[in-house]
Amino acid sequence: MSENRKIKVLVCKPGLDGHDRGAKVIARALRDAGMEVIYTGIHQTPDDVVNTIIQEDPDAVMLSILSGAHNALCPMIMEKLKDNGIDDVLVAVGGIIPDEDKPILEKHGLMGFQGPGTELKEIVEFVKTNLKR
Amino acid sequence: MTEIDEHKTLKPKKGERQESFRNLSDIEIKRLYTPEDIKDLNYEMDLGEPGKFPFTRGAYRNMYRGRLWTMRQFAGFGTAAQTNERYKFLLEHGQTGLSVAFSLHTIYGYEADNEYALGEVGKEGVSIDTLEDMETLFSSIDLSKISTSMTINGPAAILLAMYIVTAEKQGHSPDLLRGTIQNDILKEYIAQKSWIFPPEESMRLIVDTIEYCAKNVPQWYTISISGYHIREAGSTAVQELAFTLADGFAYVEAAMERGLNVDDFAPRLSFFFNAHNNFFEEICKYRAARRIWAKRMKNKYNAKKIESLRLRFHTQTAGVSLSAQEPENNIARVTMQGLAAVLGGTQSLHTNSFDEALCLPTEKAVKIALRTQQIIAQESGAADTVDPLAGSYYVESLTNRMEDEAEAYFEKIAELGGVIPAIKANFFQKEIANASYKYQQEIEKSERIIVGVNDFQLREPCSTPILKIDDQVSKDQIDLLNKIRKNRNNEMVKEKLEKLKIAAQGSENLMPYIIDTIREYASIGEIVSILKEVFGTYDEDSIF
Repeated sequence: MSENRKIKVLVCKPGLDGHDRGAKVIARALRDAGMEVIYTGIHQTPDDVVNTIIQEDPDAVMLSILSGAHNALCPMIMEKLKDNGIDDVLVAVGGIIPDEDKPILEKHGLMGFQGPGTELKEIVEFVKTNLKR
Repeated sequence: MTEIDEHKTLKPKKGERQESFRNLSDIEIKRLYTPEDIKDLNYEMDLGEPGKFPFTRGAYRNMYRGRLWTMRQFAGFGTAAQTNERYKFLLEHGQTGLSVAFSLHTIYGYEADNEYALGEVGKEGVSIDTLEDMETLFSSIDLSKISTSMTINGPAAILLAMYIVTAEKQGHSPDLLRGTIQNDILKEYIAQKSWIFPPEESMRLIVDTIEYCAKNVPQWYTISISGYHIREAGSTAVQELAFTLADGFAYVEAAMERGLNVDDFAPRLSFFFNAHNNFFEEICKYRAARRIWAKRMKNKYNAKKIESLRLRFHTQTAGVSLSAQEPENNIARVTMQGLAAVLGGTQSLHTNSFDEALCLPTEKAVKIALRTQQIIAQESGAADTVDPLAGSYYVESLTNRMEDEAEAYFEKIAELGGVIPAIKANFFQKEIANASYKYQQEIEKSERIIVGVNDFQLREPCSTPILKIDDQVSKDQIDLLNKIRKNRNNEMVKEKLEKLKIAAQGSENLMPYIIDTIREYASIGEIVSILKEVFGTYDEDSIF
């Protein structure tokens, strides 16, 4: 990706979980790091998420889930992206993701798994170094 | 191998270990407080005896010498049958009240097989669809003997109706029921985000419950006006205090506009605050809250009954303060937070379990959390005298300061036209987002130290056992729901829902209509759908 184009990130809250403090803080940290950030707000179904990805064409998607619904929602989002021929977007999930769920999510192509206490600069660095385009 | 990071020193100044000392509300703390700081304090007017106006020293004369606070651990997960087992476990271990956590689909009024419920059923709380689930939830628990707090907001009127009908089936009349519905929709728009209908229609439902309970369920607390979620979303202690009380006054005004007498409903309003890390700041917050409420209720709303002026509150220790790193450290945090709540005069307390940054609490972690309260109550001596910190130059000065800062916020909210216009202008949402970002940056820069997170880290893998809710819960819940749909009288359900819809289009109190639908085993999802047809829904701007 060219040096002078801003990295475009979609920060997303899938499912019914209203815990948006982390998502908002991360959205702002990424913006402060010079990225273009779109925040979807809460209550996004997998279809909503995928439609926004198709419309906005972000370089990275940061999913934030603290409700325990990640195993149901994340693989579904990845399947729908595949169905739409999208395979060059970094998709990360953070929140409360137990260790034993990580391999399953990784198998679906998800990365990240940043939990409570992760430093913001670590997340910024993660986005910069894991882009797929 | 375990390695310890080098201790990060903060910028020192003039023989002090950091440049300035600031609490979580960004109030600068002085080196020393002296009589000079409280020279204008008038004992009778500003503090008063405990149990007397303005209640700064406590809601009741005897406080914990008379009766200890209610130890009320919030619990709910999986199916109603699973949660019923946890409740019986807690009651057997000395818990004195129940507190129900509901599944997200219940909170939003969706049936378990709705698209939005995917992956959520039973994960964050107990899954409830119909009266049958509620009957299972309280199976073998006598509803005339316990008090139950239900953390439910958007569909609070519906869950209250279910509780009333469940008790009725146990043979108890509504006037015997004791408990609380959270029913605080304003803080949902401000912070927690689980609203269903637009603000004005939500306020109508809340006033309906207030009016109904004043006549029929007189021992019920109709709103738990909550700062907890505002704080968890990232506000400061001062913002928590100010926004929560502003919400409280908005409910009082809404009920008075309906024509209710303030003294007929105000005694059944209660509060719910957070207990965060800064010990004295939290204690002062509770003391200031009691004084602000008493003064306004008396002077602005002309309340006469002592119960209308007396602010009572539940406290939960700060979930957001729990670290996923070295989770056992959370036991120490929760102990101090719980002690602050007790020294601040709480009426009931939930102490968080140490593993809650990782999962819903395991049985062992819940037991330690409950034991923490019992140790504070029985061993620390903190419950032996009323308001032991009164008169401290620091505590009184900070209590005053928090009251002043809250008053400044009330003025800003009034300038915006009140709480609902301020919500629509994103005022609270922006204030909270700014405060939470600032807090996070302070941690990043090590201007605030969280032990084990940004200082004194032990780099070792976490091995805390966690509680997992398996996906079988969702299948079981959907099976139960389908069984109900097949076995109930669907003609009657339809008829009662239609009657509710017609009533919603008018201005009648909806509680009796909701109770009628519940008796026929209409689901929460069906009731909410019918009401959405009349009330509509609400979307917020996604600001960050």
